[in-house]
Amino acid sequence: MEYYISTEHLTVGYDGVPLIENIEIGVRRGEILTLIGPNGSGKSTILKSMIRQLKLLAGTVVLDGRSITEMTERELSKKLAIVMTERIRAELMSCWDVVATGRYPYTGRLGLLSSKDREIVDEAIRMVHAEDYAEKPFQQISDGQRQRLLLARAICQEPEIVVLDEPTSFLDIRHKLELLEVLKEMVRSRNVAVVMSLHELDLAQKISDQVVCVADHRVDRCGTPEEIFRDEYIRELYGIEQGSYNALFGSLEMRPVSGSPKTFVIGGSGSGIPLYRALQRNGIPFAAGILQENDLDYPVAKALSAELVSVPPYRIPDDTAAERAEKLIESCGSVICCVQDFGEANRKNQDLLAYAKSRSLLVEPEELFQSVKGAEV
Amino acid sequence: MKKRGLVRLWIGFAGLLLALFVLVLWNINAGSVHIPVWEILKILFTRTGENTVIVWNVRLPRIISALFLGGALALSGFLLQTFFQNPIAGPFILGISSGAKLVLSLTLIGFLSAGIAVGSFGLILAAFAGAMLSMGFVLAISLKAKRMSLLIIGGVMIGYICSAITDFVVTFADDQNIINLHHWSLGSFSGMSWENVGVMAAVVIPALIFTFLLSKPISAYQLGEVYARNMGVNIRVFRIVLILLSSVLSACVTAFAGPISFVGVAVPHLIRSIFKTEKPLIMVPACFLGGAVFCLLCDLIARTAFSPTELSISSVTAVFGAPVVILVMLRRQKEHL
Repeated sequence: MEYYISTEHLTVGYDGVPLIENIEIGVRRGEILTLIGPNGSGKSTILKSMIRQLKLLAGTVVLDGRSITEMTERELSKKLAIVMTERIRAELMSCWDVVATGRYPYTGRLGLLSSKDREIVDEAIRMVHAEDYAEKPFQQISDGQRQRLLLARAICQEPEIVVLDEPTSFLDIRHKLELLEVLKEMVRSRNVAVVMSLHELDLAQKISDQVVCVADHRVDRCGTPEEIFRDEYIRELYGIEQGSYNALFGSLEMRPVSGSPKTFVIGGSGSGIPLYRALQRNGIPFAAGILQENDLDYPVAKALSAELVSVPPYRIPDDTAAERAEKLIESCGSVICCVQDFGEANRKNQDLLAYAKSRSLLVEPEELFQSVKGAEV
Repeated sequence: MKKRGLVRLWIGFAGLLLALFVLVLWNINAGSVHIPVWEILKILFTRTGENTVIVWNVRLPRIISALFLGGALALSGFLLQTFFQNPIAGPFILGISSGAKLVLSLTLIGFLSAGIAVGSFGLILAAFAGAMLSMGFVLAISLKAKRMSLLIIGGVMIGYICSAITDFVVTFADDQNIINLHHWSLGSFSGMSWENVGVMAAVVIPALIFTFLLSKPISAYQLGEVYARNMGVNIRVFRIVLILLSSVLSACVTAFAGPISFVGVAVPHLIRSIFKTEKPLIMVPACFLGGAVFCLLCDLIARTAFSPTELSISSVTAVFGAPVVILVMLRRQKEHL
């Protein structure tokens, strides 16, 4: 299928100074293209150029088979709607009025709304679930409600493409989710194309059909979320040095505490994760084990532990792993056990627990935190 | 629009029209010669009676001038507030009236000393040139300074400079007409002729209609430039048109009545608080009517308060207009906290 909007050898920038050169991206109808990348990399500049708010320095933007620079304002306004980061001043306007401004390209000389226009506005408000506050003054509603209404405004412009610049910034998680749900619904039911920039990698990964990575004033990579969201690549794209990013879960972990481990955590099936993070927060280096690499605990333990004893997925830990764990326990001088029930596959962990008990090395987390704090004082 | 809004709309316009009607009659009625209402009606419809000359040649042209010019000022203020997205912009505060005054004085003195009379359109043209000159400076400031207070300070300073040069020129010009010029440079609706009224109508009415037809792009522009452009407004052309319209309107006022303060700033705010809307479709005609009512009231006071001595119109408009500006600033301060 043909791209609905695409850029050809596009160069963008401000005041004639090129910022990003030779941009080649495109999106089809019914798809979401998301721009990700560090702050200041030029995502907004690309978006502003694509919606003709900025002069193109070279190349073209082709929308529905035609260059946008050849279109009249009116033609473009019937095809393309925007939700930008600029705060809109809507003094003495109700939310309904703001949404209704989306009908602008379709109204007559004086901008009077027909009854059909009103229906379309009402429908757009229903679509974003904003009926309850449609009559309120626009200045008095929350940021989350505001973004939704701006999306409703874009919807009632009946566009074929919507461009959004960081639509979820400043929203709480509930509103982020709801906004993107509505967006996805619009893409599905109206077959529109969406180009947007997002800061939330986890959301970008889940909602996008195509992802464009912008970094250091160039388009670094384009592809499906599966191709883009890999631990190493995201680390590199954002220059993450002080922690780690788990691309599968879209979660960030802080960097591990350096130093020799002070305790050994017996974990598994997610039971260890809260403790790993608590230890990291308290600045206590730790060792973890024995984990199968398909264990829920494994990614976090790998990101945060100083030493980790693990075995390949679905393998039962062998004596080698157990011996290494015992050695670590010796050097740590304390053990915390998060596991309640032991089964066939983690007999070795049960053995480790027994070993720790026999040498009275087993402690509760609180005791450990206390003793570390005491030592510091 | 909801029912409540519609009711407010009707009451607002009815109130303004009623006030206009009453003030027109009152203005004819009051003055050094007191003319009762029944006689006014008789004079208006039959043009007979002993006071026909006073009503027909003195008071009526003055009233119609105040009506047109007051409307023009308020409209110009509304356009400037829209353009600069600044609630206390206005032709006087931004120094546009003073710029018009300066070039107008220079032109008058220049032509008078050469023995050439300047027609009404010539006066408007000179005032327009001056208005554009000041506007150029204000625009230059607005490009540099994003803060609304800086724009206003810049405008006020431009106004002072222009006034200073005007005073300088007027002081050293040696002509009998200087007395008139001095009187005019303070601002007054007195001495209007029917010819003047004809010319100002020819300028103001088309400008009013044109502004009304611009309601749609103005409403888009109120959301901000980015959205307006996306809605299909050609921002460059639109901004130029807005500048030209507001300059023509305030130039026309200055050419006939001199610089009049605070009408342009205060009236749009009074209208906003009556109609509770920012919709240009309502604001444009309402501001025009409001400006007319405001100026008729102020002129009435200027003429009659210390009769037979006449006050300058600006001293009256300032008394009513300046508090409005202060209120607006205080209210905005509260909103932004």
